[in-house]
Order: sequence, then structure tokens, then C-alpha cells
Amino acid sequence: MEDIKVFGLWSSPFSQRVVWTLKLKGVSYEYYDEDLANKSNLLLQYNPIYKKVPVLVHNGKPISESMVIVQYIDETWPQIPLLPQDAYERAKARFWSKFIEEKSMQMMEFFIYDGERQERAIKETLDILRVIENESGLSEKMFICGNTIGLADIALGWVAHTLPVMEEIVGVKFITIDAFPHLHSWVKNFLEIPVIKNNLPPHEKLVEYFRERRKVFLAMASHHHHH
Amino acid sequence: MATNDLKLLGGWFSPFACRVQIALSIKGLDYENIVENLNLKSDLLLQSNPTYKKIPVLIHGEKTICESAIIVQYIDEVWKNNGTSSILPSNAYDKAIARFWVSYIDDKFFNSLRYGLFAQDDESKKKYFEELEEVLLKLEEVFNELSEGKEFFGGENIGFIDVAFGCYLSWLRVKEKFTGTKKFDEAKNPGLVKWAEAFSAHPAVKGILPETDKLVEYAIALAQRLAAAAAADAAPPK
Repeated sequence: MEDIKVFGLWSSPFSQRVVWTLKLKGVSYEYYDEDLANKSNLLLQYNPIYKKVPVLVHNGKPISESMVIVQYIDETWPQIPLLPQDAYERAKARFWSKFIEEKSMQMMEFFIYDGERQERAIKETLDILRVIENESGLSEKMFICGNTIGLADIALGWVAHTLPVMEEIVGVKFITIDAFPHLHSWVKNFLEIPVIKNNLPPHEKLVEYFRERRKVFLAMASHHHHH
Repeated sequence: MATNDLKLLGGWFSPFACRVQIALSIKGLDYENIVENLNLKSDLLLQSNPTYKKIPVLIHGEKTICESAIIVQYIDEVWKNNGTSSILPSNAYDKAIARFWVSYIDDKFFNSLRYGLFAQDDESKKKYFEELEEVLLKLEEVFNELSEGKEFFGGENIGFIDVAFGCYLSWLRVKEKFTGTKKFDEAKNPGLVKWAEAFSAHPAVKGILPETDKLVEYAIALAQRLAAAAAADAAPPK
């Protein structure tokens, strides 16, 4: 009997990666939603280095870092593989997955700032999206590195539904069909996958959550200006 | 032309390129070693890695593979029957642990080391080198846990963490020269001290890590360039 626990946060893009992967593979697990202001002792015990979610615990053994967890799940439950068989295709998929993983926090910075810093952050998000649009092979394939959902798509998935929430609150729109035709299609295709569609945090709840976060960030930003 | 049709776009000064060289050495593979001048990158490099324009890049026939950790995994998978053992552990959990620590090393260790070495003011230097000490304490724990009394993070054979972390040893020796403090504190990091000796002496590693004096020269020149760039940035507009 497998014992699988996931410590996550319902609104976190990084947690969602783990949930989607487990659901895609039909793996059952116990889910614990963490209150980040008041982290549970179990979480601190399982992820002492970063003290962050998500954490996967499989038969008592913890793993942290969302994309490390996703690869672990993929290797342990090989059905619905997220990586191709061919070593070179795998290297490409890992490359894009790593690129996206590294750039994800930066892509969200427009949501933290306002004024000039926000303008610069918006430009950086656009630059990163442009690299994905033009270089990751989306012009040839339905998903990044393949015609079925893979590692890099899981990494980027937050862009399909969490980014629009942030955009709505701030009043920007990144992935328009004119500026990013491939990404625009990718978003639609990603959200149409039944497991993804059925495992998205509720939109209204997410808007409310990020509206509150935006207030906090703006308060921090204005505090910074006044010094 | 190397028999396996392998080219490495790298540099003797780059810990990341060294990782690939060590992986190729573990597997007993011939390759053409092309040293890039980072101030004047070759067209081949710019075309092979348009996203980052960085070394190392492995060119295997028509295929280009970028990012050192990804290249090492590629080599390990394609030539899985070469060498005495695989570089990555065989079971999924140990792989996840190895990937986690390599990621941690490339983030926490690498950044404290490089920001410390090239910081423009003494206060920043001190802060980064203090962080570095904390990271090394953590890595000493990790080494003791994963090596299980054997020579390497990978156990009896050098593995993914050894290759990734080991390639920073030359830069730690540069820090030794710059600061006068030993690269590993023998009281706090006795395990890492022994590991560093074993790693540097390993047949697959010998001759690949750059000589300290040569790297110190390189580091001094790099520090001067960075200082000049920082001064140019700070200078008031005319």
C-alpha cells in the first residue's frame, strides 16, 4: 500500500505542478493545504532547507522542489510519460523545463511592483514569453517538445490560468493572439486537457486571493518609496 | 574528427564545462574540445545555444545539448553501458535527492562564492562568505549522509553531486588565494576536506580541473573587468 502525502498551497503555481502530475498519472495521495503564516510541524520536518511547499512524501521519504518532484513522479509511475523516450528529445524537454522553472518567479514580478519597476518587469515578462514563443518549438508542436503534455508544459502551466488572474488585477494582458499566436494556442490546448480542466483552483477564489496579495505588495512598495 | 562525433564548446576556466569533460572522461569518450573566448563568442556557440549563448554546449552529430546538468544526464543515458557505473543513481528517489542537491549547490553555493569573490565592497564580501560557510556546513552533513562512509557523495563511485560540486573546487582554491582562508575549514568540514582530495585524485578528474595559478590569473582579470564595468555604471552621465 503506497503512502503518498502532498503538502501544498491551493493557490501556488508550484504546488499545482505536483497535483497535476499525480492526477495525470492516476496516483492517489493525501493532500495537506498549508497555511504559510503558520507552517505545520510536518512540513518543517520534511523540508527543513527551504521550509516551502510543495513537498511530496512517498512512504515516509520527502522530496522538495516542484520540478524535482514532478520528475520523480514521472519516473516512479511511468504511465502517461511526461518525458520522451529518446535521450536527445529528453534533453530538449529538460532544457525548456529548466528555463521556464528559472524564469517563472521573474515573470511574476510585474505583480509585485508598480510604477517604473513594474514597467521594467512587464518588459521582462514579455521578453521571456517571446523566447518561449519563438524558440521552444511551439510553432511545430501542440505542446512544448511534443504533441502530448510534458515536463515543460507542467512547468509553464501556471501561465495558462494563474497569470490571467494576475493580469486581470493589474490591468495588463500578455498573451494576445497577435503578439503570441503559439502561446495563445498552447494556453487553450493546455486548459482543454480533462485532468487540467478539472484540477484548477476556483477562479473567483483565486482572484480574491491575489487581490489581497496585490494590496500587500503595493503597501510594501509604497513603504519602500517613503524611505 | 572525434570518433563519436562529439564536440564540446567549453572553457578550461568554467566549472560547468568541466562537469561535461568529467562525464565524458568517466565514459571513456573522445571528443573535440573547443575553448571559447567569452569576450568573443564563436558563431557556432551563438547558433548552438541561442537562448543563453553560454558554455558548455555538447554537439553530438547534428544534436546540440545545453546546460551542464542536462548534458551530464544526456551522456549518462546515451552511453549507459560505458564506464563502471552510472553517474546518476539508478533509483528514482536517489535521483531526486541528487537533483535537489545539485540545484541547491548551483543556487546557494555558487552564488555565495561568486558574489563573495567579486563583490565590490568589503561588507558584501563578508556577508557572502558567511553565507558560504553556512552552505558548506550543510553540504558536510549531506556528504556524511549520502556517502555512507565511502569516498564520494555517490558512494564508491563518483556520481552526479560529486561531478557538479567537484568542479567548483578550483574556484574555491581561488578564494583561498584571494582571502587567505582555506577552502574548507578542517574543523567544520573534515568530510569535505577528504572528499576534495579523493575527487581531485580520481582518474576521470585528473587533468581536467584547471591549475590554481592559471585560474587565479583569470579571476584577477575578470575581477578587473567587473570593477571597470561597475565603475562605468556608477559614473554620473555626462
